[in-house]
Amino acid sequence: MARVFMKGCEAMAEAAVRAGCRFFAGYPITPQNEIPEYMSRRLPEVGGHFVQGESEVASVNMVYGAASAGTRAMTSSSSPGIALKSEGISYCAAARIPIVYINVARGGPGVGSIQPAQMDYMQATKASGNGGFEMRVFAPSTVQEAVDFTYRAFDLADADRNPVLILADGVIGTMIEPVELPAQRSEEEVAAIKAGKRSWACIGHSLDEPRAWIQPGNWSTAAMQQCNEDAAALYASWEPEWESKWLDDADVVITAYGISARIAESAAALLRKEGIKVGLVRPITVHPFPFAAYEAIDYGKVKAVLDVEMSIPAQFVKDVETAVKGRCPIETCLCSGGNIMSREAIVDSVRRIMEGK
Amino acid sequence: MELLYKRTKTIQEDKVSGFCPGCMHSTVIKLIGEVLEELDVVSRTACVLGIGCCGLHMDYMAYDNITAPHGRACAVATGIKRTNPDTLVYTYQGDGDFASIGLAESVSAANRGENISVIFINNGIYGMTGGQMAPTTLLGMKASTAPFGRKAEEHGYPMHMCEILDRLEAPAYLVRTSCNNPANVMKTKNAIKKAFQNQLDGKGFSMVEIVTGCPTNWGMDALASLDYIEEKMLKEFPLGVIRDR
Repeated sequence: MARVFMKGCEAMAEAAVRAGCRFFAGYPITPQNEIPEYMSRRLPEVGGHFVQGESEVASVNMVYGAASAGTRAMTSSSSPGIALKSEGISYCAAARIPIVYINVARGGPGVGSIQPAQMDYMQATKASGNGGFEMRVFAPSTVQEAVDFTYRAFDLADADRNPVLILADGVIGTMIEPVELPAQRSEEEVAAIKAGKRSWACIGHSLDEPRAWIQPGNWSTAAMQQCNEDAAALYASWEPEWESKWLDDADVVITAYGISARIAESAAALLRKEGIKVGLVRPITVHPFPFAAYEAIDYGKVKAVLDVEMSIPAQFVKDVETAVKGRCPIETCLCSGGNIMSREAIVDSVRRIMEGK
Repeated sequence: MELLYKRTKTIQEDKVSGFCPGCMHSTVIKLIGEVLEELDVVSRTACVLGIGCCGLHMDYMAYDNITAPHGRACAVATGIKRTNPDTLVYTYQGDGDFASIGLAESVSAANRGENISVIFINNGIYGMTGGQMAPTTLLGMKASTAPFGRKAEEHGYPMHMCEILDRLEAPAYLVRTSCNNPANVMKTKNAIKKAFQNQLDGKGFSMVEIVTGCPTNWGMDALASLDYIEEKMLKEFPLGVIRDR
């Protein structure tokens, strides 16, 4: 298929439509406005529905409703707006309703900054709402990955009956890159997917059939515990995904996710040309976290693992510490406030480690 | 012999109601069930339940339902209805849900003219959480968070949702009824039927505000609560059709 130039936000929106998304509700917030704007003109072309909600809270609950009625549905926002969506996300997780949502992350906390950041790591991976639920969380480092993960997310959400989060950032969302778009699902396929959910979809059933009962909770503590045990079994079944490079001879291993990983890879390639042996570990799913990826590091050889992330204080490093288990020092290369990680900063950090500073 | 009355099939036979003595939720739920059967739409109905005592019948209603986060029922209903226009979608919400935490969702759905029906139970108090002040609590009425009674200068005035929504262009039908006597129960049933028929006819947003009692949290017995409705609640919340287009 031919490649096209697309902005990250619009490419993710198109990928969602091609995956069969037929309902989107969202609320304006920078830097993700191109997603609702794209959906507002694209969804009607395929018989779908777009609603500009009165808030992020309302939007995620519209998506909860549409998905509970069997339709593939998505919402998106950026960091402060994602925080507002946490109520609805928790309800979807509790009721086991498949939705997809995208965080085009910006600086925080508070209203923060409108520029790119990775300040929502803990929220995305540990507690996206009350009640200890978990989700698959994908961290794209290219627009192509953002497209591919968004497309896959709908299948995974349906298979799990659980929300899936695409943890992008302001760079991925606003950058224009060549992408290969996935195949558009036919109207017959989209209809078949919806029909496959009829037994539990809240759309009306005759009194001779079991009713649809979408329950984001339970009066019975025994039943509630059973729901949570079932969910825990689902979470335990997930396989983490990651990419590793140049670990065999590495003296320093850089670890990063999302856009930081792409910049880190560029720094590593530059350093390797100079003969400095740098490896790379890049989690693709930041939840479940690929702890096993860090077992391939030769801890007898590496001077340090360098954590690179656009968050101060560092957050991703907490999972890295758990993975490394104290087997080598962990250094950090950080920026925040909407500043984008620079290749030079990473290169300097590696040099300092190599020089023992 | 002519059959004059039978129980609605929309309520499961083997379940027990969780409502207090004198509560009118069970009356309204029965009326809704009868209307759904009379309109022959049970098999294509989805109920969106609010949070609080509104959700107490989820166990025993026999047809499709979903529980919305507190106040978000109109947003959830919007998502269901937009993607499934053949489904009859109604929300069942209390005063805290519809008129306080869900005010933005309620007013916005009404303003969009969503083709949904809202059954709004106004008993002037938070029931399930133990009698806290609601947006519809009467002036002078005591609540567990207004122990000296509601004061206008501190708490503001009771909110009149029918009249508030009547300032909007889009709503099709806004009506206030009660269930404090048999005549009003029948008027409530007719109003619910009209609200649902409006949706089937594609007329847009309809809301039935039903003034009810809460003997438990009002601190009185069931019969006294009927008098309180008549003498106090209906003075503040006069019954009648506010909008019918």
